Amino acid sequence: MSLRLAYYPGCTLKTNARNYEASAIASSKALGIELVELPRWNCCGTVHALAKDDVMHYIAPVRNLIRVEQLKNSGLVDDGRLVTLCEMCYNTLKRADVTVKEDQERRRKLREVMEEEPPYSGGGVEVIHLLQLIREVGWERVKKRLVRPLRGLRVAPYYGCLLLRPRGIGIDDANNPTIFERLIESLGAEVVEIPFKAKCCGSYQTVHMGHVASELSYRILRQAVEGGADVITLACPLCEYNLGERQGEIRGLFPDLKYIPVLYFTQLMALAFGLEDSVGLEMNNPDPRPLLRRKGFP
Amino acid sequence: MMNSKNVLDSVPEEIEMALGVSRQSYRYGAESIVFKARVEELSGQNINLCYQCGACSSGCPLSKEMDLLPSKVIRLVQLGREDPLYSRTIWICSTCFECEVRCPRGIDIASVMEALRQIMLRRKYSEVRLESIDPEKLRGLPQIALISNLRKLMA
Amino acid sequence: MNGDEMVTVYIMGKRHRVPANLTIMKAMEYAGYQLRRGAGCRGGFCGACSTIYRMRGSFRLQVALACQKMVEDGMIITQLPFIPSEKKRYNLEKLRPDPGVFLEYFPEIARCLSCNTCTKACPQDLMVMDYVQAALRGDIKTAAELSFDCLSCGLCAVRCPAEIVPYHIGQLARRLYSRYIVGPSHQVQNRVMEIEKGIYDEEIRRLKSLDINMLREIYSRRG
Repeated sequence: MSLRLAYYPGCTLKTNARNYEASAIASSKALGIELVELPRWNCCGTVHALAKDDVMHYIAPVRNLIRVEQLKNSGLVDDGRLVTLCEMCYNTLKRADVTVKEDQERRRKLREVMEEEPPYSGGGVEVIHLLQLIREVGWERVKKRLVRPLRGLRVAPYYGCLLLRPRGIGIDDANNPTIFERLIESLGAEVVEIPFKAKCCGSYQTVHMGHVASELSYRILRQAVEGGADVITLACPLCEYNLGERQGEIRGLFPDLKYIPVLYFTQLMALAFGLEDSVGLEMNNPDPRPLLRRKGFP
Repeated sequence: MMNSKNVLDSVPEEIEMALGVSRQSYRYGAESIVFKARVEELSGQNINLCYQCGACSSGCPLSKEMDLLPSKVIRLVQLGREDPLYSRTIWICSTCFECEVRCPRGIDIASVMEALRQIMLRRKYSEVRLESIDPEKLRGLPQIALISNLRKLMA
Repeated sequence: MNGDEMVTVYIMGKRHRVPANLTIMKAMEYAGYQLRRGAGCRGGFCGACSTIYRMRGSFRLQVALACQKMVEDGMIITQLPFIPSEKKRYNLEKLRPDPGVFLEYFPEIARCLSCNTCTKACPQDLMVMDYVQAALRGDIKTAAELSFDCLSCGLCAVRCPAEIVPYHIGQLARRLYSRYIVGPSHQVQNRVMEIEKGIYDEEIRRLKSLDINMLREIYSRRG
């Protein structure tokens, strides 16, 4: 009997990061977790609004949390947890829940402006990231599920920002995170540590200040290449865009950079679990398939 | 302090006009107290806690692009000076929270940056104009890039 | 309702006594307004007569199509004969119907706050916020289906705090849906072919020769 949990995709998981979603759903299933997509979800409105008087930007995340409670009450999921994949969605939804719970004034105002919805008091939903869930399920279960251990693959984990920070929201020690490393080891691959594994990739500045994002991303990519990594793995579709999709553009500015494929951690899982149909490598840029074939993976 | 004065001097005249500020507007009176209180109110942070160790500036991945280092922004706000409002720094900050986890005094500097941005955005200042972004680029962007960018940088 | 009953309404701030059995549009004409804009089909289909009003004693800003909504005592009314919005130019045959198309033409949808104000402002009771959200995540089919009954009256666009023009988004979604997802309708293609072959020419000639009373009779007897 698998565990059924509410799942929040977020906009980008339905477009640029469909490979992230498909591989996450398939590999979760292999671990006994059924991800039930939240009905009528809306954009979380990332990134989290920090101004203390901001109510407007809480409407979007809180509306989603209300949908989770409704789904929970319908009995279609087993508890009040909400599984996220995108780091930005995780951060925004998690912080919205904490704020609503702690800030009585904003809770009251939100009820007024969202009169068409049932009230949400905060704390009824537990927003988690899939990595947390896998850690809870246990690395041993991951190892047991391996069909094709990723032996000989050197993987540099890249955490980005919003999975680890700010304090109280991060899913691991902000200064010395290990959750990615444990997963990579459990999949049979080799970890390549890079100093900038939690340094910003340039985030949303990529929209109008591409050169700034390029420089930050370049430093991360170069460390991975110089460290001897075959691939980088990460958990955020915006990091993937900056480090992967834009790699050609970055090489235009920094011609010394060697191409290095960037994969979502769920793609590595799906690969190791033998779920080829759900890996979605054809969407990755740079194309990781030649390298993976060389390493003996189909 | 010398550098920060230059920052205000480098504000293009049209922005200065549009915002109704004067490059002579250094204040040490009632307005400066109001400004500092406003930043503290919006950010929820006690600015006085900062003792200028510089950990935020040394950890900031974007400090190279900034005209005012994050620690200097905090110092100027402590003094009630509005210079940071007209700096590039508040728009360069990408809210990565590197400073937040480093600050030994527990100040959430990213929230202070947000407070400063909010003051400008609420005066109808927009850092980003959609019209100036190539439509071909727009169609390839992951939604989260545009959503977060506009949320932080557009009035 | 008794045909003699009168109610008090305020049209653009001026007080009028009008019969209670009139629509807002007819009440405005009764009060002496000549509608050169803000009136079209008068049947609830064209979306030209967008109207906003408040009831005395209520803070709520309400919306209506003037040709559909009956006047009520205490209505404070104005029409919005035109909603400013830029009509984006695109060639349907050259559009690429992938999720990025919405960000290319309407990147401001990324500003959607999910506040649901547009849904509350829709006189057609459409789930406007849901279709804008569907567009944001590149779901052309859902955006097209949820916006299907949109009249482009524009009231959602006036109320949107993110300054989005939802009805343009829905229209693009429906065009993409019918052009690239559903494909051409065979019934329409067949009928066009029949017309081109001249099958209806004789019938048209006959109708053209009839006088107005005969036409009226045929029209009222139609199936």
